[in-house]
Amino acid sequence: MSRKRTVVATAAVLAAALVLSACGTNRTEAGGGTGGQCDTSKGTLVVGMIAPLSGGLSALGLGMRNSAQLAVDQANQNCTVPGYRLAFQAEDDQATAQIAGQAATKLSSDPNVVGVVGTLNSSTSQSVQPILSGKQIVQISPANTNPTLTLGQDPTGSPERPFPGYFRVATTDLVQGPFGAQYLVQKAGKRNIAVIDDGKTYGAGLAEEFAQEAAKLGATVVAREKVGEKDTDFAGVITRIRPLNPDAVYYGGEYPVAGPLSAQLAAAGLNVPLMGGDGIVDKQFVALGGRPGDFATNVGAPAANLPSAKAFTDAYAAANFAEPFSAYGVLTYDATNVIIEALARVVGTGTFDDSRRPALIDAVQQTNLDGASGKVAFDQYGDTTNKLLTIYSVQGDDFAPVETGTFQES
Amino acid sequence: MGLLESFSTQLTQCFGSTSPPVFVFLQQIINGLVLGSLIGLIALGYTMVYGIIQLINFAHGEVFMVGAYGGLATFTYLLPTFAAREWYIALPLVLLGGALISVLVAVAMERFAYRPLRNAPRLAPLITALGVSVALQEAVRVFYPNATAALPFPNIFVPGSLSFSVGGGDIAIKYSGILLLVVSLVLAIALQIFVDGSRMGRAMRATAQDRDVARLMGINPDRVIVLTFVIGGALAGIGGVLYGGYLNNINIDMGFQTGIFAFTAAVLGGIGSIRGAVIGGLLIGLVKSLGGQCLPGGTAYDYVWIFVVLIVVLVFRPQGFFGETERVRA
Repeated sequence: MSRKRTVVATAAVLAAALVLSACGTNRTEAGGGTGGQCDTSKGTLVVGMIAPLSGGLSALGLGMRNSAQLAVDQANQNCTVPGYRLAFQAEDDQATAQIAGQAATKLSSDPNVVGVVGTLNSSTSQSVQPILSGKQIVQISPANTNPTLTLGQDPTGSPERPFPGYFRVATTDLVQGPFGAQYLVQKAGKRNIAVIDDGKTYGAGLAEEFAQEAAKLGATVVAREKVGEKDTDFAGVITRIRPLNPDAVYYGGEYPVAGPLSAQLAAAGLNVPLMGGDGIVDKQFVALGGRPGDFATNVGAPAANLPSAKAFTDAYAAANFAEPFSAYGVLTYDATNVIIEALARVVGTGTFDDSRRPALIDAVQQTNLDGASGKVAFDQYGDTTNKLLTIYSVQGDDFAPVETGTFQES
Repeated sequence: MGLLESFSTQLTQCFGSTSPPVFVFLQQIINGLVLGSLIGLIALGYTMVYGIIQLINFAHGEVFMVGAYGGLATFTYLLPTFAAREWYIALPLVLLGGALISVLVAVAMERFAYRPLRNAPRLAPLITALGVSVALQEAVRVFYPNATAALPFPNIFVPGSLSFSVGGGDIAIKYSGILLLVVSLVLAIALQIFVDGSRMGRAMRATAQDRDVARLMGINPDRVIVLTFVIGGALAGIGGVLYGGYLNNINIDMGFQTGIFAFTAAVLGGIGSIRGAVIGGLLIGLVKSLGGQCLPGGTAYDYVWIFVVLIVVLVFRPQGFFGETERVRA
């Protein structure tokens, strides 16, 4: 009797835990607009998204979700894809490779999913790529910057595209790291730089590219350190680099670590600016401890300075989303439109089924779109041909753009 | 050869007279003591609960996390602005709020999750503890506003750092770090005195030794067990608030990671022993900070050394430092 009760009680607690975690993880947003007067006689096709909708990076992920939602809603209003209504389905990857893989499996098992926008993290894309590619589903990331995703294991020596169905509208760390180094060494005049990363695909790759370029430009990389992505106390690593007297710290990783790290640098008496990549460009960086004068690079140009992004920012404001479009909104909007526009060309007057997937990948490869971020086109590896980047610096409680430029090899 | 060489260069880096100088070494010791005292404070909760009901309460790390969020909620929603500005008003109130929430959660957890399983096979409450841990984490994530991402935690103590020159450089300790260290040690000593000296402490020790015989002596074991959870919860809640004030940000994962270290500290020190938990915590803090400074791999491998020490200690002393001679005093 007592044993039975025990089992029941255990089961109840476990069930409650499962239900709660299910609430947190599997938030799915179904499509918005109904299509108005468009002809939708051929049915519904789904544009998927995989991004961190909860967890530390959700500020970025939710902005991505809303921006893609906006693109899909607009396509439905404008009857962009003849005969079809588009639905939008966003899956939460919690910035975790394994959960992203599950999301990819879920989306790829739905025959109506035409393409997937995402992911945010390079590490999650590594587990998503093979799954989507197995079903020939096109994937476009607005945010992955690790070079190996398009260029294979040896990006600079012998580039080889691993997945023909994978594209990205963000430029890579091969460009972003050196771009940051050129600014920090040549414009900001920093000569002794400590480089720290979180050991993940994105952070370690970016830090490496930065360190190489900084050394090439004559600066000294005084330390090369690693921290855990879930660490909160950085006293150890700061104590290690402090006696080396760096005049700047470069961090390869994202804002949940970068913000507290910046604050703890100052608290330990090391009052030098911290620079990072696109992963730290968010207001949350400052809320968690980022200091005025900290720098960051980001792919593309700030929406406010881009005439081409005006229509997007206006429409986003009019749509009344709860969250700002964040660092990747503009690029996500473009990535979604690339899929929709290619789909429209492939469908034409016909229908879409599995046999049309290779044609859709070809159509994306041929993209030539005037997007919100500027010209959108892809090279033979699936990388964007747009090498525009921007330096940001913290002013007040947010990042403000300092200068935008096109990367030049040094 | 290569490994040995890098080991020896790292060691001379640490203890040698050249670089880095002595102050780095001292700073790392201070870093380690601050972190270690927190781990010890949390470890007290593991060790006491294990001592009384032989349950490894894996959800205890979440009680620490909930305490930090409770403190943040107290600061954000309950404190009037004038009180929030003065630390000597804000600090006690935020500590009280955090401790209260933690105690409530700990007591509810005991009443609804563990008590029904009191006489079940030991695996059942253990799995339940894991379930409670996940449930608490997800509950905070879903119900606390914006808890999906890390949240900034306010300054609740004198801001800035104590800084002084020694050994060829400046050492900086945040005042909030000193507070964390001092409060943790004082609470641990107070707990030891309480358990050793008071009537209720004697009841706790009796229950730990033999629950049935303790009942024959007129002790109500349920009350003793609830009290254990109350004390453990309060300590964890205070730890959560002080940790938030020290690092100025909190997230829902903080309980899991700190919980694992605290559990390790309790095992190192000899589970069931109050003194052991604190010493285990300090040892872990020192191993992490000095291992990150002196051993190959730097801070990337500092967690590795903690568990290397755990394994080595358990090989030679499976019961931990104070496991046998001072067993189950709480």
